[in-house]
Amino acid sequence: MKSGKIEGVIAEFDNPAALIDAAEKMRDSEYTKFDCHSPFPIHGMDAAMGEKRSILGWIVAPVAFSMVLFGFLFEGWTSTIAYPLVISGKPLFSYQAYGAIAFALMVLTSAGTSLFGMLALNKLPRFHHPVFYSDRFAKVTDDAFFVSIEARDAKFDEKETVAFLKSIGGREIELLIADD
Amino acid sequence: MKFDAAAFKLTDLNSVQVRSLGIGVLGLLLTVIGYFAKTEQFFFSYLTAYLFWVSIALGALFLVLLFHLTGTVWGVTIRRILETLMKILPWMAVFFIPVLLGSHHLYEWSHVDVAAADPILSKKMGYLNITFFTIRSAFYFVVWYLIAAKLYKTSLAMDSGAKIEHIKTMKKVSAPGMILFALTTTFASFDWIMSLYPHWYSTIFGLYFFSGGLVGALTLVIVIGLYMNKRGVMDSVITVEHYHDLAKFTFGFIIFWAYMGFSQYLLIWYANIPEETIFYLDRWRGTWPIITMTIVFGHFLIPFVGLLSRGSKRNFTYLKYMAVFILIMHWVDIFWMVMPVLHKTGLRFCIFDFTAMAGIGGIFMWLFWKQLGKHAAVPMGDPKLEESLNHHNP
Repeated sequence: MKSGKIEGVIAEFDNPAALIDAAEKMRDSEYTKFDCHSPFPIHGMDAAMGEKRSILGWIVAPVAFSMVLFGFLFEGWTSTIAYPLVISGKPLFSYQAYGAIAFALMVLTSAGTSLFGMLALNKLPRFHHPVFYSDRFAKVTDDAFFVSIEARDAKFDEKETVAFLKSIGGREIELLIADD
Repeated sequence: MKFDAAAFKLTDLNSVQVRSLGIGVLGLLLTVIGYFAKTEQFFFSYLTAYLFWVSIALGALFLVLLFHLTGTVWGVTIRRILETLMKILPWMAVFFIPVLLGSHHLYEWSHVDVAAADPILSKKMGYLNITFFTIRSAFYFVVWYLIAAKLYKTSLAMDSGAKIEHIKTMKKVSAPGMILFALTTTFASFDWIMSLYPHWYSTIFGLYFFSGGLVGALTLVIVIGLYMNKRGVMDSVITVEHYHDLAKFTFGFIIFWAYMGFSQYLLIWYANIPEETIFYLDRWRGTWPIITMTIVFGHFLIPFVGLLSRGSKRNFTYLKYMAVFILIMHWVDIFWMVMPVLHKTGLRFCIFDFTAMAGIGGIFMWLFWKQLGKHAAVPMGDPKLEESLNHHNP
């Protein structure tokens, strides 16, 4: 018997349908710090878990709009004030030519914001998670479906949570005990 | 208008058919006055209106080809509407006759004496002459008719039980059909619009015309769908999810259109060669900049920002106004391509611009509603229909 701090609990479910069913019950319960684990994406899981839409778009949009404006003004500044060179007989402020670079700058910064914003919102990178204390959990990459509840959850109680997971159809319920 | 949900068939279409036909006949009659009052103006107004509607039918044809090639799921419920729009293409050949008859008023190159005296046009006379122009236009319509008729027939055959052969036929027609579509649409735009200024040329012009038509087709489907849904027709078939996808497509192709337009502009602006810049110079004279800037803002920036968020694509009232706005902008775009040839000094609207639009548009919609009522309004035999009805955007 391990004797460390309890960091959470996991329960195994038989198939994707059972996992969806469990996710809906978790959503309707008062637990908030739970997660569902499966070897492959399951359609409808987001709705079953009650996940809200990501706010990533609202982070990317202001970046995109400000950077396209920045690109445009930056080019205007370089070609009229910083380095006023006449190129192919065109006026110094030839805004027509700025579009392409302003656009490219917008795409570059939006793509970067999307990638790093996604990682940040997912709290990545992280090196460890309590579910890895369980040896059974390795099966999640192959053929097993799990629900996990973290001990940080306000409603978490060693006995009640185990009983709750049992009541929604979980089996092989295992406490995640820190053993390092 | 009623919808028989079991047979997927529209009934009681009389009122909308009569109304369309009435608008069409009245519009055409009023436009005919233009022929006697202002002959040149009449032909240019007619050509603008004609190009607007034919570009939409071509956009619909492209989408049907695309749907078959990609094996779309979400688009199955709206495919019959698109097929009906593309089925109007052969009828557009009839509406092409006035353009052909008015070619001396529209196309400078059609005057053999003028063309022969011009050092550039005299070299182009082998391509730009009335006989070859007519043959080419007839060829485009034959190609479009053959593709549209085959796809429509196969789609109808699926209604009474789908076979794997049907799906194979559609794919087999669509793959070469897509190539033929690209070539014929490009050359049609060269012949019908670009040759209005026979000295000028732009290789991207075909894509520009096609992308505008595609946006027009998508927004027209949105408008037609919402028109029917408002009357409680087909609202269980075309749901918010399908409008969301249509709006996504519209949004994407608004950007594609702007990309084509900007690519054409930037290269011409940068190279600064007089025979190329003349196109934009003509559109920057007098009051023409108003229309030029209207297109930049109305056909790109406003719809781009306006359709960016998810909520805007799923709000029916908002989407309806946006779709109508984009349709109007598509007309302004065609107007911008055609009209500066006639009114060189500045922007001028004429009553016949609008009567011609109503005239051809009314007949166009009349043909549409007539054809849509004949068969099931949804490809009911398509194996993917069930999945399409339950389509869900993440």
